[in-house]
Parts: sequence; C-alpha cells; structure tokens
Amino acid sequence: MEQPIKKKVKAPLSIEHKIKRRNFISFGAFFALGGSAIVGWKWLLDAPEETPGITAGAKAPLRKALNKTELLFRNFFSNNHLVKTYPNELAAKSVRVNSLIGLEDDEDFDEKNWKLEVKTGTMQSLRIGIEEIKALPKTEIVFDFKCVEGWDQIQHWGGVKLSDFLSHFKLDKLSEKNYMGLETPNGKYYVGLERDSVLHPQTILAYEMNGKPITNEHGAPLRLIIPVKYGIKNLKRIGLMSFSDSRPKDYWSEQGYDYYSGL
Amino acid sequence: MKEIKEKHSFLMRWTHWVNFPVLAVMIWSGLFIYWANDAYGISIFGISYIKFFPEWFYNYFHIPQRLAEGMAYHFLFMWFFFINGLLYIIYTIFSGAWRELIPQKNSFKEAWFVLLHDLHIRQSIPPQKKYNAAQRIAYTAIILMGFGSVITGLAIYKPVQFYWLCWLCGGYHFARIIHFALTIGYVFFFLIHVIQVALAGWNNFRSVVSGFEVIENTEKVNEEKTEKNGTADKKES
Repeated sequence: MEQPIKKKVKAPLSIEHKIKRRNFISFGAFFALGGSAIVGWKWLLDAPEETPGITAGAKAPLRKALNKTELLFRNFFSNNHLVKTYPNELAAKSVRVNSLIGLEDDEDFDEKNWKLEVKTGTMQSLRIGIEEIKALPKTEIVFDFKCVEGWDQIQHWGGVKLSDFLSHFKLDKLSEKNYMGLETPNGKYYVGLERDSVLHPQTILAYEMNGKPITNEHGAPLRLIIPVKYGIKNLKRIGLMSFSDSRPKDYWSEQGYDYYSGL
Repeated sequence: MKEIKEKHSFLMRWTHWVNFPVLAVMIWSGLFIYWANDAYGISIFGISYIKFFPEWFYNYFHIPQRLAEGMAYHFLFMWFFFINGLLYIIYTIFSGAWRELIPQKNSFKEAWFVLLHDLHIRQSIPPQKKYNAAQRIAYTAIILMGFGSVITGLAIYKPVQFYWLCWLCGGYHFARIIHFALTIGYVFFFLIHVIQVALAGWNNFRSVVSGFEVIENTEKVNEEKTEKNGTADKKES
C-alpha cells in the first residue's frame, strides 16, 4: 500500500516546480546555444587565411563561401541578361577616376609605341595596333558603371565589341577556353574573366569616352568595359591578353575580393 | 496561485534569437562595405551636413582596408539571415500566428493610446491579446523591413541577374540607399526594443526564451478574470 501513495506524491509536479524545471531547460539550452554561437564566431574570426594562390587574403571558410555562393548565382540565374542602358544625355560629363594601379607606376609608357599583345601560344603572340582596332565596327554603350566600393555613375563608352574583336582576329578557338586574362603593359594590374562575361554582347574594348579618345587616367589607349562586372574587373590600359582553362591571376582577388565580382 | 500561460512557440523564439547575432554581423560587415565610400549624410534645410560616423570610429575599425573582409562576411551571413527569416515567415503563415501579429483596422488608433500609456500620460491601455497595437505595427514593420533588406540586397548584389528586382527598387542607386536606410532603421528598432523589454520585466523576457509566462491569479477557477488579469499586468515588448 505504501508504494502507490509515494508515487502519487511524486507524480504531479507543483506549479513552482514546473516553472523552475522549464526555466532550467530552456535557459540551459539558450546559454548552451548562445555559447556555441560565440565559439563558432571565434572559430571563424581565428580561422586561418586561405593558402595563397590565384586567390588570397581571405579567411579560408569565407573564401569557400564566396566561391560556393558565386557558383550558385552563376548556375541558377542567367548570365545573358543585358545591362540597362541609358540615353547619351544622362552620361556623366566628368567621369570618376578611382584607381591608377598599373598606370601611375609606369613612367616609361609611351602611347605611340603601344600595341595590344595577344598570346596565341606558348611562344607566339599577335601584336595589334590601335588603328586596326579602330577600323573594326564601333559599338557604344551608356550604362551605370558600378564600383565595388558602392558608388555608381552613368558613363558613355565606345569601342569594339570584344566578341567582334575575337572573331575578327580569328581568336574564336582560344576564346572558347574558360578564361581570359588581361594585364597592363607593366604587369602591375591584371584581371581574370570567365568566358560568359568575355563574350557578353555588351563587353567592349573601349577607346572612346564621351565620344572622345580615352584620357590617360581612364586607361588610354585601350581599356576593358565589362558592364556585367564591378569596376575592379574593367582593366585600364590593356597590354596583354591571354587565354586559359584555369583561372588567370587577378589583382583584387589576391587581396581578398571575390574572384567573380560579377553583377 | 500561479499559473503557466504558453506564449511563444519554439520556432518563433529561436528565429527571434538567431536574428540577433546574425543581424549584428550583417550590420558590422555592412558598415565595412559602406565605409569604402561613405557617401550618405543628413543635411537639414541644406545647412548642416552630418556624416554618420565620427573620426574615432574610423580609426578604431581600421576602415579603409576592410571592404573585402566586409563583403566576405556579408555574403556568408546573408544566407543565415535569409533562411532564418524565411523559416519564421513560413511558420507564421502556416501556424496562423500571423493573426496575432498583423495590425488590425483600429491598431493605428490604439497604438497611440499604447504610446501615451508607455509615456505615463494615460492610465489604461486598450485590450490586447499576445501583442498590443503598437507591437503589432512595430513587429510587422520589422518583418517587412527584413523582407526589404533581402530584396534591396539582392538588387544591389546582382543588379544584372536580378534586373527586375533592381528596377522594382528604383534602380541600383536608390536600392542601395534603401538598403542603408533600413539598416539605420534596425538600429533604432533595436534601441527601443531593448528599452521596452527592460521596462516590461522578467516575466515577459522569460517568455521569449522559454515560451511561457507566469500569471498570478487570486481566484483559481474564474477563468474570465484570469484573462483580464493576464492582459492587465502584461506590458511587453
């Protein structure tokens, strides 16, 4: 007879007891999960940097996330959308200059001697003068230029469509490779671009800005205008063009930026 | 006699708390992105021009070099922010919890009385269920703000791929301003929210961690009175 009575006394928890119990469990879980969130955050903050290679400067897990996110957006959403264009009147009269990397540190540069070098093999390359490029059909674009720093400006550029240029100089085979690499003549600034963006119909090799030849600080005599990418990929003063199946080196992705930097 | 009253479901509590660190990281990393070219300020009647951040702020956070870092964190934690918000919204819709959340016809008028009450100008407070009128408005607004942050965020993240979103947000430039303004909004919301929570007291705070409130009722069986008591001493945030 004693046992059932004992059980009955134990079984129903008093309200106070219930409150205590539930508080204990939920606050315990709250602090445990809060603690593990702090540990996780610490882990991320202290995570080692990626092994320097084509990309560098970012924490390894963050680089991994950048790459995965990039792939998701590239594979899931079309890369063929056209960038919005504007009427000529809306283009900025004074075009913003942001960075002079590859330009200011090249005092020996002489525009008269400039030729675009296109690497067609390990040893061979093509050398193309500006007059040959200007002889090709001209394409103009007025679009909202976007800097990775967040500012944007409507700008007016003119030049030859990159895809037209490639087929004119019989570089179609090479342009089927996954990537194109571009460098300034002194090699101080360089970018890597994947095929989709290179062949995008609005990507041009520009030699005109607001209908006049490009100024020096904007990358004379020839620069890249690739509206589907942030400004950091719009290389000024192209000296060397090459093609490869793996990612070419890229100045800003060595500083921790996303390699793709696409819009 | 004390009584346990269930208030917040498990999912609502946890999505609420996950938001806190995630949003903190988003604001922190977002500032690194903003500071790369901090263009915005407030000018009042064209006279005073206020920049948002004082000099020591910049020195403390080593601003100029941290754009890449800010972007990397921002583009990782956006996933947590998005998934967490999505979970909350889906749950709210399917559980029917939205009924207690969205403002009603007279919420906007009642919210005024709640404000007067909070400022100790008015004694009584309009009857309420889980949330009072002011809370309904504030919490619905914050959800819409979260939604707005995702939309404007996508618009400035991929303005070419999401050209239609970008267009919907009034273009890249405007979308970025909205995105920034919403962030300022979160900071204000947070400040008021924390003050309100402190004022509302322990019972209310506990309900957001453990899900229940404790009600003191003098007459055990009288349910109606319990209800009234429950609402009268409830002033939560």
